[in-house]
Amino acid sequence: MASPLPNAARRKRGLLPQVAMLLSLLLLSAPARAVQPDEILTDATLEARARAISAGLRCLVCQNQSIDDSEAPVARDLRILIREQLLAQKSDVEVVDFVVARYGDYVLLRPRFTSHTAVLWLTPFAIVIVGGVLLWRRRDRQSTPDRLSDQEQAKLDRLLND
Amino acid sequence: MIAELGHFALILALAVAAWQTVAPLYGAARADRALMASGTMAAVLQLAFISIAFAALMNGYVTSDFSILNVAENSHSGKPLLYKISGVWGNHEGSMLLWVFILALFGASVALFGQGLPQSLKARILSVQGSIGFAFLLFIVAASNPFTRLSSPPVEGNGLNPILQDPALAFHPPFLYAGYVGLSISFSFAVAALLEGKVDAAWARWVRPWTLLSWACLTIGIGMGSWWAYYELGWGGFWFWDPVENASFMPWMVATALLHSAIVVEKRGALKIWTILLSVLAFSLSLLGTFLVRSGVLTSVHAFAVDPARGFFILLILAFFIGGSLTLFALRAPALKAGGLFAPLSREGGLVLNNLLICAACAAVFIGTLYPLALETVTGEKISVGPPYFNLTFGPIVLPLLLLVPFGPLLTWKRADVLPVMQRLWGAAVLALVAALAVLAFTQRGPWLAPVGIGLGVWLLLGALAEFSQRIGLGALPLANVWARLKGLPRSAFGTTMAHGGLGLLIIGVIILSLWREEHIVSLKVGEKVEVAGYTVTFRAEEPLQGPNYVGRQGLFRITKGDSDVADVISEKRLFAPGNIPTTEVGLLQTFWGDIYVVLGDAGNDGGHVVRATFQPLASWIWVGATIMFLGGLISLTDRRLRIGVAKRAARPLQPAE
Repeated sequence: MASPLPNAARRKRGLLPQVAMLLSLLLLSAPARAVQPDEILTDATLEARARAISAGLRCLVCQNQSIDDSEAPVARDLRILIREQLLAQKSDVEVVDFVVARYGDYVLLRPRFTSHTAVLWLTPFAIVIVGGVLLWRRRDRQSTPDRLSDQEQAKLDRLLND
Repeated sequence: MIAELGHFALILALAVAAWQTVAPLYGAARADRALMASGTMAAVLQLAFISIAFAALMNGYVTSDFSILNVAENSHSGKPLLYKISGVWGNHEGSMLLWVFILALFGASVALFGQGLPQSLKARILSVQGSIGFAFLLFIVAASNPFTRLSSPPVEGNGLNPILQDPALAFHPPFLYAGYVGLSISFSFAVAALLEGKVDAAWARWVRPWTLLSWACLTIGIGMGSWWAYYELGWGGFWFWDPVENASFMPWMVATALLHSAIVVEKRGALKIWTILLSVLAFSLSLLGTFLVRSGVLTSVHAFAVDPARGFFILLILAFFIGGSLTLFALRAPALKAGGLFAPLSREGGLVLNNLLICAACAAVFIGTLYPLALETVTGEKISVGPPYFNLTFGPIVLPLLLLVPFGPLLTWKRADVLPVMQRLWGAAVLALVAALAVLAFTQRGPWLAPVGIGLGVWLLLGALAEFSQRIGLGALPLANVWARLKGLPRSAFGTTMAHGGLGLLIIGVIILSLWREEHIVSLKVGEKVEVAGYTVTFRAEEPLQGPNYVGRQGLFRITKGDSDVADVISEKRLFAPGNIPTTEVGLLQTFWGDIYVVLGDAGNDGGHVVRATFQPLASWIWVGATIMFLGGLISLTDRRLRIGVAKRAARPLQPAE
């Protein structure tokens, strides 16, 4: 980047922000290069499975992008790898396991349910259940009852008759 | 000179904010009327000074004064005027200045329009507003001064990030900030009420219009961001569950819950403590959003401040306001009189359920966004939380919520009966079921979400319309009476119908677009064509391109259906000066039933170009729905009851009819 800024200004901010900015730009812009025509498998079912698997795997060098969306070379390599595996008659689970074995759990956009992710997966539903139970226990059981109980009716009659 | 004036005005604003924080609060404690009244003057003065500072920075951008570091780093003399102006908030320092500017605008509005507020409550509200202003002004003056001068100015500036040079994105930050910052008013009202130890129906009526305004601004701000992502990023996606998107979505959800719970406080005098807590949480999430987005904790296009010192400063502000207000809440809330019990089947029961589900959905987004950070900090383990997580947690919580929406406005207060409600909704229910079954028959073994989602969308839309038409007696009364009822209907009724109906349109668009996109990725030479959803897209030419501050290449495509021409679209690959940063412009044909979305890719070795042609069914319904929701919020804001809450003016006898 040919910066017209004087050196003094650049020193003041340090190089890091500019590098980070440049990186994020490289990663975020120039899209539409995700899946290339030469990658696409002729078998439409297999290709659909490849797309579905790719959409669930994170591009490791990108900001929150799946390898299906990313134009990074690493993502392309992974997409081709997945297609090779599928052509070798592997199941979806086997393909994902293969990628995870190589790159770790970090590639999974849908984290596996483990003791470390139980809080992540269960909290939202726990809130619904606990909140629901608390509200149910605090519900109003006798708001404006429809009619008087027999006892109350008898008491009212007595009062009216007196 | 003008920049120095701006800097000086900022320092004056800081001093005024200090006064606004201390004096009215002390005045309220000592029942000193003069001190309390000084808050009003301070709020107006603060707005005046920050306006001067904002105008000074704007002047620097418009005149391309590259002796100002901030302008030199983020602007360029060759940019169109619109992007010189939007460049003011397209960077860290300027966006913080916009933040305090909007804060001051809201603060001054409360000061001027809040004449009907009890004096001590108003003084305390302004004091809390002042303290927020003080903290952020201090941050700006001490750690992110936008007016720093350069001793030797460059001839040309560095330019604004080209993917931000877009009309939708020029206005996305101001609306989003108006939403974020607007929630500071509900926050100040809540903290002031805790200090006063009193929450009543009047309090709820005063706080609602501000929440409604923030909600409307957040709705349209998020909508614009999503619309921009749709056509500018070139993937054709509209929501990515990206942390920065989530950061704006969480305050929106809590604001939605707050809008609904404030109704209960106003009408039934219940849910007070809960509503106070929601007010505190809504703004806390806004602050958290500002921190997440601006601190660089999440590196993204939004993270201007990749500077740990600044992140730490914002974190301190965050800790002070969130920690302080929650502590105050813990101390004071028990003293507030708790509301009564609710019958499960009643309007208030429905609103409580609405709140529970919205908050649980918000918790899913919150934990999904922050859990990876927390886990990595604690164990060093890195995990990714992406769209599949949100679809599996947020989704199942929101689906029943959507199912319940049409019932809400039809339930009666205190105690409702199921039968009359069902009677009024059976038409909508039958049609929604028919729609769901039709989808089921059409898709056979397709995803289960298709019939469910579309049925829900139709149910929301028709449910909202059914409720509205019954309110005005459509079909049951003579037309003259219907007209009279329509005119007599409070504006908030229009708002409810539009917000709920717009949500229905949005859901239908989201579901159909997500499930039935038709994508073709092909290599085309000039003259070749590709079939997309019954349309033919012909690659007609590839030409060089010369824009005001970019060069590039453009692909011309003709879209035909059968023998007739439908439209010509152009997809561009732009290279922005300086730095030759590439962006893509999508060739977009929007129709009622869906968009044809054409993206020109790279040239291959064989003389062909990679072309991605996509049919995006019902895509525009998403943003039409969001816009209707936004307009519903604005119309509701003009409701007479709310305006009386804002100011006593409407009580004057000779008010012209509206």
